Amino acid sequence: MRLTVNGAQHHLVGLDPRTTLLDALRERLHLTGAKKGCDHGQCGACTVLLDGRRVNSCLILAITQQDAEITTVEGLGHRGAPHPVQQGFLDHDGFQCGYCTPGQICSAVGMLDEVGKGWPSAVTTEIPDPNGDLLTDAEIRERMSGNLCRCGAYPNMVPAIKQAAGR
Amino acid sequence: MKTFDYRTATGLADGLEPGAVFLAGGTNLVDLMKLGIATPDVLVDVSRLPLREITDLPRGGMRIGSAVRNSDLAADHRVRTAYPVLSQALLAGASGQLRNMATTGGNLLQRTRCRYFMDATMPCNKHLPGSGCPARDGDHRNLAILGGSEACIATHPSDMAVALAALDAVVQVDGPTGQRSIPVTDLYRLPGDTPERDTVLEHGELITAVDLPELPVAARSTYRKARDRASYAFAVGSVAAALDVEDGLVREVRLAFGAVAPKPWRAFAAEEALRGRPATRERFAAAADAELRHATPLRDNAYKIALIRNLTVSVLASLVPSTEPAAQGPAAQGPAAQGPAAQGPATQGPAESATEEETR
Repeated sequence: MRLTVNGAQHHLVGLDPRTTLLDALRERLHLTGAKKGCDHGQCGACTVLLDGRRVNSCLILAITQQDAEITTVEGLGHRGAPHPVQQGFLDHDGFQCGYCTPGQICSAVGMLDEVGKGWPSAVTTEIPDPNGDLLTDAEIRERMSGNLCRCGAYPNMVPAIKQAAGR
Repeated sequence: MKTFDYRTATGLADGLEPGAVFLAGGTNLVDLMKLGIATPDVLVDVSRLPLREITDLPRGGMRIGSAVRNSDLAADHRVRTAYPVLSQALLAGASGQLRNMATTGGNLLQRTRCRYFMDATMPCNKHLPGSGCPARDGDHRNLAILGGSEACIATHPSDMAVALAALDAVVQVDGPTGQRSIPVTDLYRLPGDTPERDTVLEHGELITAVDLPELPVAARSTYRKARDRASYAFAVGSVAAALDVEDGLVREVRLAFGAVAPKPWRAFAAEEALRGRPATRERFAAAADAELRHATPLRDNAYKIALIRNLTVSVLASLVPSTEPAAQGPAAQGPAAQGPAAQGPATQGPAESATEEETR
């Protein structure tokens, strides 16, 4: 079977159909940015982008994603040329131990794309309002609630994400 | 995880061999396979079937393809304006990541999060028929107060389904014996002696779409969810409501409760108690009581009676237009129910306590 990850196509021979996308990325392709936290879709540490949309790679079977473009944190930026969300996390100290950070960053990238499309969240009150601010502190917290941080580094992630969005 | 064969469905008429199950977004099924609760022999991937469109129905209303992702449905402009309760219910559930994966059909068919069901080492009449139910004497704080049985008191976890139940949505099904239409309110079975079957669907039947009827009252609708943390948690109680008030009287109303029963609980008795009656907090509370008087709470879940009652009052009051002379007074304080459910201090709280709970 094949997987397209960060623009490169990989052929995986003898992959067990039980293999999750997370395990295929980490154990077969050695892309260890995405982390295994809960392995049940409850913590967000495994978040990657699937055709540009953020998903939990621990709940996806790799065999189902042979036609998808997968982007992991390794594909977002490089040392010396970080992605704006990565730069925001650096500038605002948006992490402590770092374990949840790749998931937080991939999630934030996907979330900012959703905001760009005008998608509402549970705290969005104005129905279709082109001038509504979808990146208030409350909006960011709600939209990022699928990513847990046991260090509690949340407060600095909010300005990190705002900076990446150009606010 | 038990081994399985994998294939992609190529058409609706494929059928399903014994031991096979459909795979869509996988957010619940893959998790249950990891836990050893779901042990399919074959996974038939339906995510590439052409079921991803949201279309207008010729006689009004909308058809939602069963493979439409929860996030796309919640963001749909027509849904947000004509059926806001549905968008709000979707956005109240799960996380951004999970909503990008989960489908409309899969959301309906997700299984209970009862801790005993989710634990293969525990007895559970739903995952191992006849093994017993530890929840009645154990952890049932978030289990059913309505519609349960001696064998099972699991709750259905979906927020979306609560909104669909309120909206008279109809599930379109295709299977070995042909096509059929099932109102969402009839899709789910009550557990009785056979809690292992959640729905009336037969093996091999696939949900292809969910139809929303044209429903003018739905333009003024909302969803309110109480949970243990501010976001990314299942409901401990929720209310989906639509309300049309004219000259102080309820012209039309739709009401459904979540996290209180094995199915999204359409509150028909409460609606009947409201139609044509004054749109006041007292009447809203009495209507909730009419629905909740059959509740059979256990040791640790009687709080749900007060919670649902207070959510109902708060939500319906929020839907009364500001030009209407209603819902301005203090919360009704009468007994929450006439049965044993009414006992205990939790059933006497002020109407706003549920709101505070939710926003804490």
